[in-house]
Amino acid sequence: MPGMSMIEAINDALDVALARRREVVIFGQDVGFFGGVFRATENLQHRYGKSRVFDAPISEGGIVGAAVGLGAYGKRPVIEIQFADYIYPATDQLISEAARLRYRSAGEWWCPITVRAPYGGGIYGGQTHSQSPEGIFSHVAGLKTVIPSTPSDAKGLLLAAIEDDDPVLFFEPKRLYNGPFDGHHDSPVTTWTGHPDAEVAEGFYTVPLGSARIARPGQDVTILAYGTMVHVAIAAAAEAGLDAEVIDLRTLVPLDTGTIFNSVLKTGHCAIVHEATRTSGFGAELAALVQRHCFYALEAPIERITGWDTPYPHAFEWEYFPGPARIAETLRRMVESR
Amino acid sequence: MMAGKAQDLHIPEPSIRPGGEPDFSRIDLSRPGSARRPPVDIDAAEIRDLAFGLIRVLDLDGDAFGEWDPQLSPEQLRNGLRAMMLTRAYDERMMRMQRQGKASFYMKSTGEEAVAVAATLALRKSDMCFPTYRQQGILIARDWPIVDMMNQVYSNSADRLKGRQMPVFYSSREAGFFSISGNLGTQYSQAVGWAMGAALDGDERIASAWIGEGATAEGDFHYALTFASVYQAPVILNIVNNQWAISTFAGIAGAERSTFASRGLGVGIPSLRVDGNDYLAVYAATSWAAGRARAGHGPTVIESFTYRVEGHSSSDDPSRYRPSQEPSEWPLGDPVDRLKRHLLRAGLWTEAEHETLWAELDEQVRQAGKEAERHGMLKHGARSDPASMFEDVFREIPPHLLEQRNEAGF
Repeated sequence: MPGMSMIEAINDALDVALARRREVVIFGQDVGFFGGVFRATENLQHRYGKSRVFDAPISEGGIVGAAVGLGAYGKRPVIEIQFADYIYPATDQLISEAARLRYRSAGEWWCPITVRAPYGGGIYGGQTHSQSPEGIFSHVAGLKTVIPSTPSDAKGLLLAAIEDDDPVLFFEPKRLYNGPFDGHHDSPVTTWTGHPDAEVAEGFYTVPLGSARIARPGQDVTILAYGTMVHVAIAAAAEAGLDAEVIDLRTLVPLDTGTIFNSVLKTGHCAIVHEATRTSGFGAELAALVQRHCFYALEAPIERITGWDTPYPHAFEWEYFPGPARIAETLRRMVESR
Repeated sequence: MMAGKAQDLHIPEPSIRPGGEPDFSRIDLSRPGSARRPPVDIDAAEIRDLAFGLIRVLDLDGDAFGEWDPQLSPEQLRNGLRAMMLTRAYDERMMRMQRQGKASFYMKSTGEEAVAVAATLALRKSDMCFPTYRQQGILIARDWPIVDMMNQVYSNSADRLKGRQMPVFYSSREAGFFSISGNLGTQYSQAVGWAMGAALDGDERIASAWIGEGATAEGDFHYALTFASVYQAPVILNIVNNQWAISTFAGIAGAERSTFASRGLGVGIPSLRVDGNDYLAVYAATSWAAGRARAGHGPTVIESFTYRVEGHSSSDDPSRYRPSQEPSEWPLGDPVDRLKRHLLRAGLWTEAEHETLWAELDEQVRQAGKEAERHGMLKHGARSDPASMFEDVFREIPPHLLEQRNEAGF
């Protein structure tokens, strides 16, 4: 099993999908000859030809609209929105069309599309290259939302998304493309080399949508996280000196509530970490579910450690980012209150 | 040019409002037969004039002229007339049923039957249509059972869409009729995507999309034109210019400065502007566009210039914003009447046959109506099992929806 970075694992998943299914077509801005601004589609046009992997105009609404039509035709489009921040022109096609086509036609039509989009901060991308819009889409009936945190999951989840017959938003934490990131932005950059989760199996495999992963088993407190924040949460718990159980949700819709509830029932504490803004964020849904199902086991209020309710500020990235210090402080407070 | 004030925001206004005399003097009606019919491999730049003029075949007496005459057989002509008349008979009954409280909503296509029927019968049955809510004529032209359409309007127990869509938002995969959305324009870029799929597979099928002139202001219209041009997708992009978007006249969508067909020229798509009430002109333009698409020459834009005779929907009252006698003074006539005259002039039809056909179609619609009503209506009688509302959100019902279905008591 070769070690791979997350971006290499994504490239490998796309390669496997193109080889495996004739109906897979990939398009998006810069994804063809050039191979994508983050190199996710590197060499794929060369390998599979222009009819399978091609460039699209700067038109997110057009890209998704065309993908819906291609999906209805019988193709399995895997499209790239260059940054999740650019997805908003396509929201009508995603929310009103892709999400509802099967429902409104009572199963006559559907669109098995996968929408890949790099998301999240930590790269000094400012307010238009750092956003985490997952909560907008997890709110929509008919869409699945997937966010990997490791190279091996990225490949398995992406292949599962492509195999899925429903529209899937696949948000890729771009800060993790080339290495794990524990939130210490002033430490030297680490790569995926040697990381156990960078061992990526060859060929086709899937990680089922709707299955969470216990990223770190523990007893003191449950931390619910996804994407970059899985790594940050693990580091924060260690710094707080706590034996935390960190759950990597992997998919927000469908959500593996069993793994979440079992953990909170065991630890009696639940912290939720996401980079997205707090109000109406996915953490609110998690908090509501946990209080409903684990209320009598809870020993402290459920806490949310999130991005602030501001746009992502360029120069104040690390004051905005819910880093290890903020998470550790909250965890200590939760545990001390018992 | 008139000199205006240095700064003066122009708010377009129709020439006449209620109480005034309808004025169609600004409409440039070219002579039937005067437009040339170019070869299908022509460049858009060489036929710019066809995007600004008006392709007409039939004069108002029913005679056909010029290169665009599609030379249809008597049977084809009578089929077209029948489909338009059935569409009208269907619309008349369903609006009456809505007025009687049997349906929550209805939308007629009166005066625009040719835009759907001719543009469908000039395609192959296997071609894929991406309609708006005013092309019920597509389904009827493809012989789709009207009782099935009524079941949808009534959201009854036989509604294949299981009561999930408002009336007239039909879907029929079997008839090549894409599920209608209420969000205007979205079907346009989807049609291009579908056509891209057909081109990728070397499929002989093509796609045809319809949009209203009002919705050409939506982003999807422009995405679709760009994608169709860039990838040379085998698609026909119909713009139904019926001059009214609910209460706003076409000037608010940009009609004062250019034609809607001319939008296609900016991206190099050959673009035609046709008399949308002229069955033969719409048929001929569609045949030309379909021939282009099938021969690998890519997309065509067709603006069908027509007139929305009735209100936008059962919820609209057009007398509030336009003279109520305007529809009867529309100078391009009625598509059913004009095709009928053509058949009469050619000796292929008689007034008696016409009356008999109306009676026959009315009876057909009445019988279908009785059958549909036996399956229930929105507020009376049977409907789909409400438990089914949790199905088809996803291919498989996920755990959280199963829980909610239990919570709902199903």
